[in-house]
Amino acid sequence: MEIVQKLAVLADAAKYDASCASSGGPKRDSLKSGGIGSTEGMGICHAYAPDGRCISLLKILLTNFCTYDCAYCINRRSSNVARARFSVDEVVKLTLDFYKRNYIEGLFLSSGIIRSPDYTMEQLGLVARKLRLDHRFGGYIHLKTIPDAAPELITEAGRWADRLSINVEMPTETGLASLAPEKNLRDIRAAMGSLRLKIDETLEEKRAPRFAPAGQSTQMIVGADAAKDRDVLETSDNLYRNYRLRRVYYSAFSPIPDASRVLPPLAPPLMREHRLYQADWLLRFYGFTVDDIVPLDAPDLPADIDPKTAWALRHREQFPVDVNRADRETLLRVPGLGVRNVERLLELRLVKTLRYDDLVKLRVPMKRVAPFIITADHRPRADAETANLRRTQITATQGDLFGA
Amino acid sequence: MRQVDFPPGAGFEAWRDAARALLRDAVPPEDVSWTTGPQDDLLGATPISESTGQGAAQARVPREFPPLARSVLAHSDPQSPALMYRILWRLTHGEPRLLEQVTDADIVRARACEKSVHRDAHKMKAFVRFREIAAHDGEPVFVAWFEPEHYVVEQLAPFFAGRFAGMRWSILTPYRSAHWDGQELSLGPGALRSDAPQDDVLEDLWRTYYASIFNPARLKVKAMTQEMPQKYWKNLPEARLIPGLVREAAQRRDAMVEQAFAAPNRKIRGHVAPEALPVPTGSLDELRRLAHDCRRCDLWKPATQTVFGEGPAHARVMVIGEQPGDQEDLAGKPFIGPAGKLLDSALEQAGLDRADLYVTNTVKHFKFEPRGKTRLHKRADAYEQQACRPWLDAEIERVKPDVILCLGSMAASAMLGSSFKLLKQRGTWHTGEDGSRVIATVHPSYLLRLPDASAREQGFADFVTDLRQVADALAKGRP
Repeated sequence: MEIVQKLAVLADAAKYDASCASSGGPKRDSLKSGGIGSTEGMGICHAYAPDGRCISLLKILLTNFCTYDCAYCINRRSSNVARARFSVDEVVKLTLDFYKRNYIEGLFLSSGIIRSPDYTMEQLGLVARKLRLDHRFGGYIHLKTIPDAAPELITEAGRWADRLSINVEMPTETGLASLAPEKNLRDIRAAMGSLRLKIDETLEEKRAPRFAPAGQSTQMIVGADAAKDRDVLETSDNLYRNYRLRRVYYSAFSPIPDASRVLPPLAPPLMREHRLYQADWLLRFYGFTVDDIVPLDAPDLPADIDPKTAWALRHREQFPVDVNRADRETLLRVPGLGVRNVERLLELRLVKTLRYDDLVKLRVPMKRVAPFIITADHRPRADAETANLRRTQITATQGDLFGA
Repeated sequence: MRQVDFPPGAGFEAWRDAARALLRDAVPPEDVSWTTGPQDDLLGATPISESTGQGAAQARVPREFPPLARSVLAHSDPQSPALMYRILWRLTHGEPRLLEQVTDADIVRARACEKSVHRDAHKMKAFVRFREIAAHDGEPVFVAWFEPEHYVVEQLAPFFAGRFAGMRWSILTPYRSAHWDGQELSLGPGALRSDAPQDDVLEDLWRTYYASIFNPARLKVKAMTQEMPQKYWKNLPEARLIPGLVREAAQRRDAMVEQAFAAPNRKIRGHVAPEALPVPTGSLDELRRLAHDCRRCDLWKPATQTVFGEGPAHARVMVIGEQPGDQEDLAGKPFIGPAGKLLDSALEQAGLDRADLYVTNTVKHFKFEPRGKTRLHKRADAYEQQACRPWLDAEIERVKPDVILCLGSMAASAMLGSSFKLLKQRGTWHTGEDGSRVIATVHPSYLLRLPDASAREQGFADFVTDLRQVADALAKGRP
């Protein structure tokens, strides 16, 4: 098989992994090594596909032969998809060739499970090792970690990779058990736990051997099982805390060629995925809890309105907020105010009293924000009915529905 | 009216010199006319040298001013030198905190220019595409043609040098070019598109990748064009695929949704299914396998894994702690965190080798409460202790230790009943409910919590004394 055909098969096989991030790594360049490659901490997206997703890394599988039979996966062993396998050297060369032309930031390599978990993990580690040692490659490397592989193989992979990841795949254990019979949530969690211990160790001890400096991440497929958004976010919250994940990615279950009979043949729930990302942001940067965002009596995120606005409409008693007096935490809970704008407001109000026009100049989206705030010269109508407010908020946010 | 010649893209240093002269002569901004001259011979092929930081600072300006000015002066707007001089004038004439007035019209404009330049620089890092050519000496050279919106080549050249240090390359743009010979960076005049190679052998492969990584079921054209505006497309080899991919996406998605179910592939053999869970007859390893999936209480759910006992299957001493902590939960091994390290050193002082002991816990899952970004240890309640009890009993039954050492009150009351008073009855031998020889002492984490160093020292010594009882008993035969 020609390289170009292998690439078509093995990139197609990798595209259901949402992550393409090249961020969070240490800063480095190649001036000393004389090789190629650098990382800046902030990732770079070298292209965008018409699905709006960033293309930062060469995201491929080493092989899409797989002995597992996960119903949601295009590469499951019972699928009739075309199969291919790269050699270690082919992946190394392709990565370098693409990198030299500035197409990519680095490599995200994953694989179907062939022969054994140990054999598969060893091959992945070998690609990274060759890139680093034989070719002085300083670009970003993200390796998928095989949960059942021997610890020393994972240690070896972490020496060369910037990021390691293990996908939890499903929000609940029952979901995983029914769709991925060979995978076990307990094994996945144990592997994440051991990754965190190793990552922590290198953070605490300068002289400890290098291990995945850009941390670990994971992915959950949403829409393939019956899990509610509350299940999804509870799992994320637990994973962030237990394993200090850099990111949890949500991947709307997408129809795949030659799909399994047990799954719904539907268009992917892109809006749900978008809302989950917004909620994830609220958990991590805005001081919200899972109970704030998806309380027991409303376990799914509304589709027509973002989760912060939904929370504000459920808590009218906490508004309006006076932008000249409220503390940071309170301002962060105002719909339409982001972290950056809150910082700028806090800075600006040290030198002047904030008026409506100041916010306009800061490009605060006033259609969304005005009903929830007080400025020196503005006060929203106190008697606005929640239902009406909700309607105006839906129109005000429609612009960004498919933005992110 | 004072006229200052300032060619487009002349940059921060040239502006700074001009602005200093104007300030020195006290020329107010409304009396300056900034004109653009020819730019061609502004800069020959001179190596870049870092400015030695004599600074802009004869006039006292805030620290954020020079980087702001540097960015704004890279903007393609011919008004930007005038804008920055006006801001400089206001900063030095009664408005020292002007930069904090983020809603002032000049500041708003300057910040907008800065943002636009940053974005253009970021996009240039992303969208430059090198093409390979063979030079006279046979070694490859990589050449790119790029059309930035602003004057950002100078500021980005060091980035490309650090990234592509091991290659020889040139980036050509309409107003400036940058070159790296493997050792040194140099800047030259602008170039023409026709000066750069028109194709590269890898581009078909790259387009194959681009088309294959796209998922037609998730078409979001606006999200793409927001981040990859059409003005950049003409120099991106992959962009020519976009119209076709967009056009065919809906049809490809519908085909996937509607396709008939095909008979599954039978060629690839799966792993042998895990054998049915055996009844725990005798083997400690089988117990451990079963405990791995324990659901007898709810502690398993937020935890990582069951932390089962570890040690020789027929150890003479069994050590029973309370429950695993954060580190034990992550690693799946008992007593490896701070309390475990303390236990290890106490065992050593008491003359016991941990490798000879079977070490386990009363409750086999970590119980915690989320607190901020961390997990706060929480004591397992009576129900959870009860639910976990069969595992402990089974361990004792399999290992058949001569003596049992309880660490902490949870283990002590499990073995000696709830009326056992740990602090009064520690360090003395008791007979357990099943007739086994049992001794109890404090949990090492109790020692870690003691308030001051002298209390900790005393506590540790007492702890070692208790452990020595176990060592003595072993030496004497039966306790």
